[in-house]
Amino acid sequence: MIEIEGVTKLYKMGSETIHALLGVALKIHRNEYLAIMGPSGSGKSTLMNMLGCLDTPTAGRYEFNGKHVAAMSDDELAEIRNREIGFVFQTFNLLPRSTALSNVELPLIYAGFSAQDRRARAIEALENVGLGNRMTHKPNELSGGQRQRVAIARALVNRPSIILADEPTGNLDSRTGVEIMELFEQLYDQGNTIIVVTHEEDIARHARRIVRLRDGLIESDRPAD
Amino acid sequence: MKIQEIFGMSLSSLAVNKLRSILTMSGITIGVFSVIGVMTTVSALRGSIESGLNILGSNAFQFQKFPSGFSSGGENRRKYQLRRNITLEQGQRYQRLMEGIAEVVSLELYDFTPAQAVYQNRKTTPDQTFGGGNQHYLAANQYAIETGRNFTEGDVELARPLCVIGQGVAKKLFPAETPIGKTIKVRGRAYMVIGLLAERGTSFGQSQDDIIIVPVSRFQMEFGNERQSLNIATQALSQEVYNETIDKAITAMRIARGLKPEDENDFELFSNESLIASFAKVADAVAAGSFVISGIALLAAGVGIMNIMLVSVTERTKEIGIRKSIGARKISILTQFLIEAVAISLAGGLVGILLGVAAGNGLAVWMKASIIFPWLWAAIGLLVCSGIGVGFGFYPAWKAASLDPIEALRYE
Ligand SMILES: Nc1ncnc2c1ncn2[C@@H]1O[C@H](COP(=O)(O)OP(=O)(O)O)[C@@H](O)[C@H]1O
Ligand SMILES: [Mg+2]
Repeated sequence: MIEIEGVTKLYKMGSETIHALLGVALKIHRNEYLAIMGPSGSGKSTLMNMLGCLDTPTAGRYEFNGKHVAAMSDDELAEIRNREIGFVFQTFNLLPRSTALSNVELPLIYAGFSAQDRRARAIEALENVGLGNRMTHKPNELSGGQRQRVAIARALVNRPSIILADEPTGNLDSRTGVEIMELFEQLYDQGNTIIVVTHEEDIARHARRIVRLRDGLIESDRPAD
Repeated sequence: MKIQEIFGMSLSSLAVNKLRSILTMSGITIGVFSVIGVMTTVSALRGSIESGLNILGSNAFQFQKFPSGFSSGGENRRKYQLRRNITLEQGQRYQRLMEGIAEVVSLELYDFTPAQAVYQNRKTTPDQTFGGGNQHYLAANQYAIETGRNFTEGDVELARPLCVIGQGVAKKLFPAETPIGKTIKVRGRAYMVIGLLAERGTSFGQSQDDIIIVPVSRFQMEFGNERQSLNIATQALSQEVYNETIDKAITAMRIARGLKPEDENDFELFSNESLIASFAKVADAVAAGSFVISGIALLAAGVGIMNIMLVSVTERTKEIGIRKSIGARKISILTQFLIEAVAISLAGGLVGILLGVAAGNGLAVWMKASIIFPWLWAAIGLLVCSGIGVGFGFYPAWKAASLDPIEALRYE
């Protein structure tokens, strides 16, 4: 469902050019559970943002469900982000003044659902991640693990084809991190496609396939043991 | 996505920064308030004046040396000052010439310094209207006798020391007795009260009941000086002969003034129409002035809105990034911020309209005009406010909508 080839990303900083990605090729199929690993600065987030249609490559080909992403307009990209991709960030990225429920409803608002459907689906998604009793809480009234669960519920609520998580446990203690990874395991078992970025071997072990990046290049790509 | 959802988002983020929203609003409020206030007063006064506030009385017109206060001043002032005064003799000649054409010819003299009336140990305030009139003064000025009598032709011819007084004077000097037959003193001269006028109330902020009128001939005799010029009010017999009467009156005036055929008229004619017209002229000037002032205020307020919206966009860069990352389109973000700007502007405008209508009507009521609600101006006001919101909100909203999602997310 995802196919990239020769994907390059350059950042210009002053007179310097930073090569974040240097011709990456990758194929990801439906219902895969993939971990992207690599040291800090190796280009993991850059690749993830590209896959999530938040960013566009400087060069290279990107096909999402058979459609060329490079040729898409901003609004078409927004639509893909809304319907096809569920993004989970290291820093949760919840709207601080909205309740858990409102945060989860947000993608459905942009998708044009009626208020009733929205509510029902958001409640279901929150119950799925075990937060049925925290729906009216605002992010600052929730623990880190609970915030990340809200973010996962938000990523799931519009039933995307793929879930992208960039260091989802990076801001959590290890016990909570394990809980979150168990949640991803469940989602995978329910038939979701998941890509997780991490630099922790413990976390990567949950995945079925591990891609290792180094200096903007794929170093290895093989099944997890 | 639906517009009402975006509305909710916009309003809730305005609520977060209540004080800031209100301060930004207030600029718009001030701009709208001033123009709506002025337009309300002007429309109310215009309405009242046009619908029957007969300044001169019906079918009446007036001659005097100077044009009405509305349009005097400036370059022409000298020209009017150089004119000969209208004398009592000329007025009496005019009156004789108008016999059979108009019955009510009121000859009036004032010296424009307010006076104080004294009876025994009681005094009025020193701001009473004091002047001379003939037997037609009351009719021409819409006064009625409550008790006692009006001047007779004989009183005026013989310059008898008599007076008629308004209710305001009577209340001060004769709180518990009839004024008729009593002798009061004004500026050291004694006058016997022969008539008490019926109550008139206030007009244009001035009491009509604080008045003392003596026979015009007596007034001339005792206080006549070279600065005084006679006012002559004439009432036509009917609406039908009104224009004809004015033509004849001008001829009579020219004869009375001894003008040669080639001379220009050296007196001013007022009619209700000409007063309304000159009021309209002043009203238009005031309105134009208030438009300019509000225009500047609204422009400044618009820039204020733009400034606050730019600050808001910067502060909420992260929020915009989050919204974009979960699929908000450009147009959704644009609309959200545009609605915020319009909401601030419209709310400010609405408050301005309410305050303006209240203040404008307050002023109108004080000037004895009736209350109005200026629907058209209110509608225009709201339209202009929406325009300001959209106009000055567009650039910040567009800036928000065009943020790169990744850059915006990374913003702390
Ligand atoms: N917006 C940016 N501007 C300049 N350089 C960037 C930007 N984003 C990432 N980079 C650089 O690209 C490289 C890869 O970054 P990133 O993908 O964030 O790495 P990782 O997530 O693996 O730590 C790094 O050298 C980083 O400094
Ligand atoms: Mg990273």
